[in-house]
Amino acid sequence: MPMKFTLSWLREHLDFTASLDEICTKLNSIGLEVESVENPGDKLRGFRTAKIVEAHKHPDADRLRVCRVAAGGDFPDVQVVCGAPNARSGLNVIFAAPGTFIPGSGITIKAGAIRGQKSEGMLCSLRELGLGEEHDGIAELPEGSVIGEDYATFAKLDDPVIEIAITPNRGDALSVRGIARDLAAAGIGHLKPFLIDTVDGEFPSPISWRIDYPEACPYVLGRLVRGVRNGPSPDWLRRRLESVGVKSISALVDVTNLLAYDLGRPLHVFDARKLAGDTLAICRAARETFTGLDGREHVLGTDDMVIVDAHGVQSLAGIMGGAASGCDLETTDVFIESALFDPIRIALTGRRLAIHTDARARFERGVDPALPLSGLEQATRLIIELCGGEASEIVSAGEPPAWERQATLRFERISALGGIEIAPDDAVTTLEHLGFSVRARDAEAATFAVPSWRNDIAVAPVLDQAATLDADVAASASASVARIEAECDLIEEVLRLHGLDVIPPVGLPQTQIVPQAALSAEQTRGMLARRICASRGLLEMVGFSFVSGEDAALFGGVDESLRLLNPIATDLDQLRPTPLVNLARAFGRNAARGASDAALFELGAAFAADGQTLVLAGLRGGLSPRAPGVAAREPSVWDAKADFWAVLEALGAASDGLTVTADAPGHYHPGRSGQVRQGPKLVLGRFGELHPKIARELGLDGTIACFELFLDAVPLPKKRRRAAPVLSALQPVHRDFAFVVAPGVEAQAVLRAARGAERNLISGVRLFDIYEGVGLPEGHRSLGVEVVLQPGEASLTDAEIEAVSAKIIAAVAKATGATLR
Amino acid sequence: MSDDLDALRSQTLSALAGAADMQAWDAIRVATLGKSGALTGMLKQLGRMGPDERRARGAALNRLRDELQLAIADRGAAIEAQALDARLSAERVDVTAPVTESPSGLIHPISRTVEEMTAIFGAMGFSVAEGPDIETQWHNFSALNTPDHHPARTEHDTFYLPPSPGSNLPRVLRTQTSGVQVRTMLDREPPIRIIAPGRTYRADHDATHSPMFHQCEGLVIDRGITLGHLKGCLIEFLRVFFDKPSLPVRFRASYFPFTEPSMEVDIGWSRKTGEIGGGSDWLEVLGSGMVHPRVLANCGIDPEVWQGFAFGMGIERLTMLKNGIPDLRSFYESDVRWLRHYGTSPLSPANLAEGI
Repeated sequence: MPMKFTLSWLREHLDFTASLDEICTKLNSIGLEVESVENPGDKLRGFRTAKIVEAHKHPDADRLRVCRVAAGGDFPDVQVVCGAPNARSGLNVIFAAPGTFIPGSGITIKAGAIRGQKSEGMLCSLRELGLGEEHDGIAELPEGSVIGEDYATFAKLDDPVIEIAITPNRGDALSVRGIARDLAAAGIGHLKPFLIDTVDGEFPSPISWRIDYPEACPYVLGRLVRGVRNGPSPDWLRRRLESVGVKSISALVDVTNLLAYDLGRPLHVFDARKLAGDTLAICRAARETFTGLDGREHVLGTDDMVIVDAHGVQSLAGIMGGAASGCDLETTDVFIESALFDPIRIALTGRRLAIHTDARARFERGVDPALPLSGLEQATRLIIELCGGEASEIVSAGEPPAWERQATLRFERISALGGIEIAPDDAVTTLEHLGFSVRARDAEAATFAVPSWRNDIAVAPVLDQAATLDADVAASASASVARIEAECDLIEEVLRLHGLDVIPPVGLPQTQIVPQAALSAEQTRGMLARRICASRGLLEMVGFSFVSGEDAALFGGVDESLRLLNPIATDLDQLRPTPLVNLARAFGRNAARGASDAALFELGAAFAADGQTLVLAGLRGGLSPRAPGVAAREPSVWDAKADFWAVLEALGAASDGLTVTADAPGHYHPGRSGQVRQGPKLVLGRFGELHPKIARELGLDGTIACFELFLDAVPLPKKRRRAAPVLSALQPVHRDFAFVVAPGVEAQAVLRAARGAERNLISGVRLFDIYEGVGLPEGHRSLGVEVVLQPGEASLTDAEIEAVSAKIIAAVAKATGATLR
Repeated sequence: MSDDLDALRSQTLSALAGAADMQAWDAIRVATLGKSGALTGMLKQLGRMGPDERRARGAALNRLRDELQLAIADRGAAIEAQALDARLSAERVDVTAPVTESPSGLIHPISRTVEEMTAIFGAMGFSVAEGPDIETQWHNFSALNTPDHHPARTEHDTFYLPPSPGSNLPRVLRTQTSGVQVRTMLDREPPIRIIAPGRTYRADHDATHSPMFHQCEGLVIDRGITLGHLKGCLIEFLRVFFDKPSLPVRFRASYFPFTEPSMEVDIGWSRKTGEIGGGSDWLEVLGSGMVHPRVLANCGIDPEVWQGFAFGMGIERLTMLKNGIPDLRSFYESDVRWLRHYGTSPLSPANLAEGI
């Protein structure tokens, strides 16, 4: 929440000699973060007050005047040619010397001659200074204005505006006085005393309060001021509000805005003549439609708090007044409201209706519960001062809430939490400067009364403990909070105002000289998988976890439970079923930019109704680069399977026990894709070519090879001591077989049978050829299989080799019905 | 020397000179020195001669044999050398032609930064914790002392999902990875030292905000942990991460519902040049604070026994600063030109021994 104030406004509450830089540095340090500093006077350098000593008509131009101007300093007597009809002798004006930049026109003034008459500067309108739209000639300053003064200073515009960010806990800093108090406690200047003039009531108020919604409004005050003359605010008030970006409306309204910014006390003024009946009731809304001062219609709910008269809702309490009863220039009788509203109620209503006002900002952060009366008095005095009239007696409803709280600080806890020794006296003084007062003190601790405006300190702790906690654990933790929280609040204040930069940094205590691995074995898999993919030529990308519902549907996932209730765009409304959606879309975007051969991967979350999984997805598309002797080619299912298998191997999960089934889901080409399984149930992932229909839907050209590997499903390799390898000195023997298999027989079945025929001797089985066609029965295939036999102790005899070969042939025949070709 | 030997000599030498390849050469060798070669035949005849004649003829034949053996060997070597030269010349290629491209794959800068953070915090004894992207409101907010009406909730622009069966509270896409901290505190006894890098979501999309981004949060819970440890830990991290041993680091008081005291952390930089550690400007890089007693109690940890600190930082933000990346949105565009420009080699993962 931003809060703006000017240096001169700060001076109303704080005596200081510190420079602007020092103030900003301190504000930053104590948690009032400076967002910007801007001095409107900076744009007005070079403009000065002056006077036209003498003006006469230009000898060669009817519409121009030649003026002798006294502008003081280096410009005691200069000649300026001016086209303004109001340039006349004796007029006090604004003069821009040569070299001055004119914000209104964007040019820099040069000395020169206009139709033969020298002109050594410019007389300016306010529009040329960037200060308004007025352009009927040059600006006329009051008679008798000082000559030669810097115009920004003259117009009180040389006043830096500081914008700070107010954190949600610091409602008290949404006021210039609160900021001044913090600065004083941090050692910048002294806080000026705060004096309230009370105004005696001349007559009983014809309007009284009634509270029908006490949980949302504990206390409200009001009084009528009758016989006022509303009108534009005086310059000082208008300037003050405008300097912080608040539009000046009329004196009555401006007074309430002034006090909101000055003291953090929101007020509302009703035009009493527009109110019906003699009672204003604070109650729950009844689903009315309410037109606010913002001119918009708001539909209210029964939890919203409103102020009603005999006709209906006149104000959305604590947030915004109603258009029907607002003050205008015709207002003669004004009823001032000063109340305490429940911060939570205000926050919920304000958020639901999306109304952002200065009043809401303050009420929802909590206002000073001791201030409603003095705020009301201050407003009354200002209204009478500016608009005349006489005040009624004060009427109220409810009771001032008991806000008094105490907090105890054990001095040793400052270093125990803050890591810095601060002398007890210093700590106590700091808190006193913030408005805390010592109630008791000894060598170990001090107890303070909390000032009314710090409703963030020593409040009753609100816990929301995990439902699964053991009751005793929960109760004891909760009791601890009750004992230490207020103390933590105080320590925070002390540390904050002493500055956190002075706390000496300390290294974390070492628990082990060489720490344990930061990543678990499961997490390390992800890192490794990533590196394998990248080392195989795939570029890692990061896609949004949400995609469009249409895209998600193409990849099989549109569960209602995964559709965002408040998406920012319709193409980002469904949690993705697989990162493949993003890869495919990214491939398309790159192709549209002319990079049609992308190879991408992503490691990220995939979402399903039953939870979230970590998926490694990769995609290759487009032609490989051409080279001498190498033709460009499209990727295929084999590239996808190779990528998939490379990762599995690196993860130690590629074993002979895996099977591939040709039942990948619908986004894959049904004949060119597979799922990799370990056992009958566990699916480790899938690979293949993207279904051509989906590629077309996504506007992707050519064959797209892709895979998805379910990292969470891949079992961790067992940590066991491996036996030493057997490194036989004998040469392995290679034998080739050609098996003819019937349609539907899978290569993996043939290979598995061959491998299992004589485990002690067979060290490798490799498919080297697939043939179908002439010489084979229709649909049959011939699989060329190389088997490697590794003898252990003695070389194999021909007879032994023949025996193994026969075993292999028999095993394959038994498992698959294959015959030797 | 007798005439027949002379003749054999000159005939053989001239034949050798005329031999163009190894085949011709070998024919000459066999015709001269082979089993039925001319010289071998002459040597065989020695046995039939008288002793004197045999001695003289034998000596001459031996000399001739030695000479021809040498000549044949020399000629063989020469032909072999010629053949090799011819082969080398025939095999010549244009070595200036480029090799076949094998497009390199690279690691995304976000992953790289997470690796670096893991390495640095790992060296300080942290381990990496993870949690789900879809959270309950309790895990994302309530446990963290951010009740429903808290202004901080509106500032988060939360994405909501339909409630789980049996609940009427919408679930949220986590706005921070703090839920991981909550789960960690519920699952294990202190001491705790974790970082939680991961995806986070906020309903905001413009030049400087992305609806999805990454955060790395950290949590330390132990006995006797103070703000001094927080500062020491974060200063150390920032200086190693940015590789600036004297990087200026500033701590400013701030407010977060889940920490007290809270502080924002700035590093020195130059607004003009963007140089980290140079110039006299400050740049906010992370938020931190001592874990709020309520948060500990909500997770079943006794705040009178244990205390600690937490911090959170934007991974993209730190990556942008470190690598001079100007645009946040480019991280998720997946433009291969960008990925190639900012990606890092998979063969040099973040590693303190090699430098970060």
